[in-house]
Amino acid sequence: MSIDIDEVYETASMILYQNFDIRTVTLGINLKDCIDSDFGRFKAKVHRKIGTNARKLVAEAEKLESKYGISIVNKRISITPISIVMEGHSSRRCFMEMAETIDSAAGDAGISFVGGFGALVQKGMTGADRTLIDSLPDVLSKTERVCAFLNLGSSVAGLNMDAVNLLGNMLKETAARSRNAVGCAKFIAMVNAPEDNPFMAGAFHGVGEGDFALNVGISGPGVVRSVVEKNRECDLTQLSEVIKRTAFKITRAGELVGRELASNLGVEFGIVDLSLAPTTAEGDSVAGIIESLGIERIGAPGSTLAVALLVDAVKKGGAMASGSVGGLSGTFIPVSEDLGMVEAVRKGALSLEKLEALTAVCSVGLDMFGIPGDTPAETINAIIADELAIGVVNNKTTAVRVLPVPGKKAGDLVRLGGLLGDVPIMRVNRYSSRRFVGRGGRLPAPITSLRN
Amino acid sequence: MTKAARREFSFITIIGLDRKGIVARVSGLLYRNGINIEDISQKVIEGYFVMTMLVDMKDSKLPIDDVRSELERLGKEMKLTIQVQHEEIFNIMHRV
Repeated sequence: MSIDIDEVYETASMILYQNFDIRTVTLGINLKDCIDSDFGRFKAKVHRKIGTNARKLVAEAEKLESKYGISIVNKRISITPISIVMEGHSSRRCFMEMAETIDSAAGDAGISFVGGFGALVQKGMTGADRTLIDSLPDVLSKTERVCAFLNLGSSVAGLNMDAVNLLGNMLKETAARSRNAVGCAKFIAMVNAPEDNPFMAGAFHGVGEGDFALNVGISGPGVVRSVVEKNRECDLTQLSEVIKRTAFKITRAGELVGRELASNLGVEFGIVDLSLAPTTAEGDSVAGIIESLGIERIGAPGSTLAVALLVDAVKKGGAMASGSVGGLSGTFIPVSEDLGMVEAVRKGALSLEKLEALTAVCSVGLDMFGIPGDTPAETINAIIADELAIGVVNNKTTAVRVLPVPGKKAGDLVRLGGLLGDVPIMRVNRYSSRRFVGRGGRLPAPITSLRN
Repeated sequence: MTKAARREFSFITIIGLDRKGIVARVSGLLYRNGINIEDISQKVIEGYFVMTMLVDMKDSKLPIDDVRSELERLGKEMKLTIQVQHEEIFNIMHRV
């Protein structure tokens, strides 16, 4: 059946007027075959492998942008969790030198971010994992493109509180060493981290993956908002249907680009991740969708239900559109990267506590928000632990990306600019949980039987 | 190989206000570059004049990027938004 003019217009206007784009194509690269007892040779192999493949990725992605008239906003690389390949060279100096190697390989190839400078420590930490964490303030403040992550728990391992308890001080040190704490924006603490997530800062090439995997992240909050605005009178069931249909269409575009790009690169196609991810562009806001649904400001009572409806419909539409749906797939609600979220914090509609509630039904977690620089490290650990506990217990990915900005108080706004936007400093409960979180140990894994 | 298998179809979408000479100017540009028009539709949608052209690029003298730049230059002159996209993206988004 031929395509009619309304369908052509619908696709064209999604791209022209509703900020629909392929948000990222992320090439996962296995670095295990680069390991060498000679550290100089090891670095050279990593530099070459990332550089060569990144250049191919950029060139081939640009050809598809042209063919389909759709922007591929970011071309990125994810690598094997770095602590695994660095076990034989586990010193802070070596971690820093490896980060610089990766940073320069990415920069030379025109790649904005490389994800995977992290470790899987859901059950315990090796010596290399600890050294990696110690090196992060240097790595995050001295490199531009290297993103770090830690997987601190899972629904089968529980939550590693000993590792969580290292983060408050690590983040404060990173914040102190980088302008406006921007280094902290490149670190994410996660649980149940997917091994094929294409989105930064949490992307890494999982140990269960092959040599390469091409993963695609697609977005389009503007498209969903537009369809919601055209359906003002329908009930929640019908609303879910129209969002599902839209999610289906945009996921299919991602699948097309991903498969063709993987084939042109001669690598395995991994997954397509449909995650509504806001940007600071006007109209490209997840808060805007929630407000179009009929919530006066995101954070008002009803917001959790609205996010739940949205995430569910997006997942269902995406799952129908592609047999290779993976990654995070759902909806991101970062604060600073969404003008509507920033506004909601500034107007007092959205508190940290309500944000945490929203993350119980969204696809990631507490993301890109500021807290006062004098927040005690133990309180930062507790904020992270609360969020991660939601993920561990509910069998979902949750994550925290927090900026403790030195010299700033609740209500201030820190201008990072660009994709990262303006970070509002949110009020933190002043009561302490030091004695509890300081106990360390491990939150046991939740029971997954007896579910009736 | 059949003719259908060799085709290299793209859709050109033109959005703006209706005015004289749109078809003439766009089709002239395509003709000069060896691009065949297979089908044309037009309609007013959401208050915009919308025209779509299904074109076969297989004998195009220019790569798609250059065709797009030429059309964008024409679009700017005629105050129209013009998009060029390979047909496959429409098939995959609108057909199960």
